[in-house]
Amino acid sequence: MTEDQLRELIGRVKRGSLTRRGFVRRLAAFGFTAPMATQLLAISGAAPAAAQAVPPYRPTRRGGGGALKILYWQAATLLNPHFAVGTTNQEAARVFYEPLAGWTSEGTLFPILAAEIPSIENGGLSPDGRSVTWKLKRNVRWHDGTPFSADDVIFNWEYSRHPAVGATTSGSYRDVNVVKVDDFTVRVEFERPTPFWADAFVASTGMIIPKHQFQNFVGAHARDAPANLRPVGTGPYRFVSFAPGDLLRGEINPHYHRENRPFFDTIEVKGGGDAVSAARAVLQTGDFDYAWNLQVEDEILQRLEAAGRGRVNIVEGGNVEFVQLNATDPNIEVDGERSHISTQHPAFRDPAVREAMALLIDRAALERFIYGRGGPATSNFLNNPPRFRSPNTRWEFNIARANEILDRAGWVRGRDGVRVKDGVRLRFVFQTSVNAPRQRTQAIYKQAAMRAGIDLELKSIAASVFFSSDVANPDTFTKFYADMQMYTTTMPQADPQRFMNQFVSWEIASRANSWQGRNVVRWRNAEYDAAYRAAESELDPIKRAALFIRMNDLIVGSHHVIPLVRRPLVSASLNNLRPVLSAWDNTHWLLADWYRET
Amino acid sequence: MLQYLIRRLLIAIPSLLGISVVLFTVLALAPGDPFEELATNPAIPPEVRANLRASLGLDDPIHQRYFAWLFAMLRGEWGYSFVSRIPVDDLILQRLPTTVVVIGASQILALAIALPVGVLAAARPYSLFDQLANLFAFVGFSLPTFFTGLLFILLFSITLDWLPFVYRTNIEATGWRWWWEHIRQAIMPVMVLGLFQGASWTRFVRSAVLDVIRLDHVTTARAKGLPERRIITRHVVRNALIPVVTLVALQMPIVFGGAIVTEQIFRVPGIGSLLISAILANDTPVIMAVTFVFACLVVFFNLLADILYGFLDPRISYR
Repeated sequence: MTEDQLRELIGRVKRGSLTRRGFVRRLAAFGFTAPMATQLLAISGAAPAAAQAVPPYRPTRRGGGGALKILYWQAATLLNPHFAVGTTNQEAARVFYEPLAGWTSEGTLFPILAAEIPSIENGGLSPDGRSVTWKLKRNVRWHDGTPFSADDVIFNWEYSRHPAVGATTSGSYRDVNVVKVDDFTVRVEFERPTPFWADAFVASTGMIIPKHQFQNFVGAHARDAPANLRPVGTGPYRFVSFAPGDLLRGEINPHYHRENRPFFDTIEVKGGGDAVSAARAVLQTGDFDYAWNLQVEDEILQRLEAAGRGRVNIVEGGNVEFVQLNATDPNIEVDGERSHISTQHPAFRDPAVREAMALLIDRAALERFIYGRGGPATSNFLNNPPRFRSPNTRWEFNIARANEILDRAGWVRGRDGVRVKDGVRLRFVFQTSVNAPRQRTQAIYKQAAMRAGIDLELKSIAASVFFSSDVANPDTFTKFYADMQMYTTTMPQADPQRFMNQFVSWEIASRANSWQGRNVVRWRNAEYDAAYRAAESELDPIKRAALFIRMNDLIVGSHHVIPLVRRPLVSASLNNLRPVLSAWDNTHWLLADWYRET
Repeated sequence: MLQYLIRRLLIAIPSLLGISVVLFTVLALAPGDPFEELATNPAIPPEVRANLRASLGLDDPIHQRYFAWLFAMLRGEWGYSFVSRIPVDDLILQRLPTTVVVIGASQILALAIALPVGVLAAARPYSLFDQLANLFAFVGFSLPTFFTGLLFILLFSITLDWLPFVYRTNIEATGWRWWWEHIRQAIMPVMVLGLFQGASWTRFVRSAVLDVIRLDHVTTARAKGLPERRIITRHVVRNALIPVVTLVALQMPIVFGGAIVTEQIFRVPGIGSLLISAILANDTPVIMAVTFVFACLVVFFNLLADILYGFLDPRISYR
């Protein structure tokens, strides 16, 4: 199906001569999945954006729901969203603070403090992609009674981008300009046409803190603000008490701006302990209502679920566990730097070796025996939202074919069974972080590779070292002083732009950027770079999706990156709790809509 | 006596300084930094991480950071936690009451078991009671607390559903119910720690009493026809307690330091869980403060034990 045909079909849906269902069915005939088809409609303005994405809210009055008890096996340590290092702190802050809009599980926007989601139709988006105008709700008050207005929104921009504040959200704010149009309208302006405009003031980095509480603490003394630990927000629950690293308590906000919400009278977020016992406390003993991010073997979860008290929630997101084959040589030192971009990996520069490596990992076994529901096998690096998922890739586990490819490419087995060519032996150091499923994956990979004449030397590094930004440490994943490595990369937004910059040539990690570059595998491809540049300013959503799909096909097709399994969000809740979850936003993104069925 | 005290206190200063240098260097050389989670998050540009590192002084040379820490500490400023961005002393004070209650109760339980059992076992050595006490003491201190902890949870929380296994600091009830809830949730951690400690102390009390019970003054007391009860309490236990008191005094810093494993299992928000989460997050100021306070307490209780020793045993004099 060509782009023109697609456009014509969408046009017919808009005019009303084709039903939405008919559109989906027609696209299915061309191999498009149903979610992808509906999303095509949504982004081209032919479907109500977030209407279906949020489940219906049944309670008919505010409060009366008793206590909501949530268990995190990591504990929140601070409550200022602009200082949040990691999701746990964002979640804790999200109980009290709200952004202008949040991301639903389908990757569409849902207005929270905004009166409506900006679009070209309602005049919120400028056709040239250089600005977005947000209209704010008018009836919103902070917990202390002060009215919420555009000044608060402007203040968050100033606060976050101030270098002395040291905000972790500054990446979303430093390159934009924010203008107050009137008391309830703000305009975010971009230097260049920006198709992905929903970053500042949206979702986890977009939580708005009150100007009147923080205005005297902009600068190096930002951490002295009393409101850092006693938040005053706009959210459904008001602050009661907080013990860092342990317990957060809140009570119902009787003046919340969305009607009949929230359902619960009090909220309690307890932190600490481990994931397995957190799952137990919900699924087996029912002491808590909800347990977050259960990175627990699926077998255990199924056994606990059998108690019948609670269930496991699986929410699809973009996180993916994948293997990287180093494009550079980790064993040669150039200017005091290993894995230098001027070098080439002696074995992986041969496409045959990379292709063989991709054939040697049994994803079906990973899914069945290790990850279960928490890790469906995938052949794509970019998996979600569905509109960006490539239909062009396949995965296969085939040792015989790997052997055949290597034989044909001239890699012959030596006396010890390891293949050699021109003095290069297929013996690779394969590193990852210490984590039981990863070590089991390494073992499965090693066994299969052995049968194809490839010897993998397994190495596992403590997570706090592997994922640190410590320049002095040789074992960090960004230094990549190994032939292969494996980890999960997270996709915190429903837009793949930030996610796909992991393979552009200007992001290559090197000494010059203190190994902070995002292209860790050090792969370079002119077509990929060009596609990425084009996607950065492509305003047509369909063309842009096609560009990202092309990028995915390029990197996966190079076999320098071997996607293994998707990592959806796994959590547990009691049978009668109705949480509203999304993988594109925090767990607490729509806490006001949580309720208990009676 | 006073001279002895002053001398001991002066000696403590260089040893504390030495301890702080070693702690600081080890922490500075340890790999990792507090921003692990930022590293894999594409939404956070690397410059932000670099800025954060710089603003926390992580890029300064070690000696510079050490002296900055030392002078701040001397002025009574404990520093700011990297991950919580609040003063470290606030963090510690928040955790202190729970730790003191839970660990303190477990130490009292341990003493309440060890003293009577140890004394009775030693009064009738190799009797059935002694054999049983020995057996349980061996089992008790051979089983690690993380194992007994999980065993207790499986038995009392999951199978029997009697006790909660998540420790909560906010009990909403008042009056008797409040006390009851607190006791109920503290039973398992206190038992796990108390039984373990009690088992090893039982062995110690038993051997201390056995040493004394064979001495001549006990035989003399028996010859005088004193009742057995009086012999044990007056003539035996009092003398046997001298080494026990020292041992218990040296254990007291533990009450502050918390029990890392047990606190983690039962989610008790004590100093131990603060320390372990700080270590996992590379939160140097918190690790430094907790370990350094711990070192100070060890030095202090050592001194206290020495003084107590002379108090209980007048034959020892201080010069």
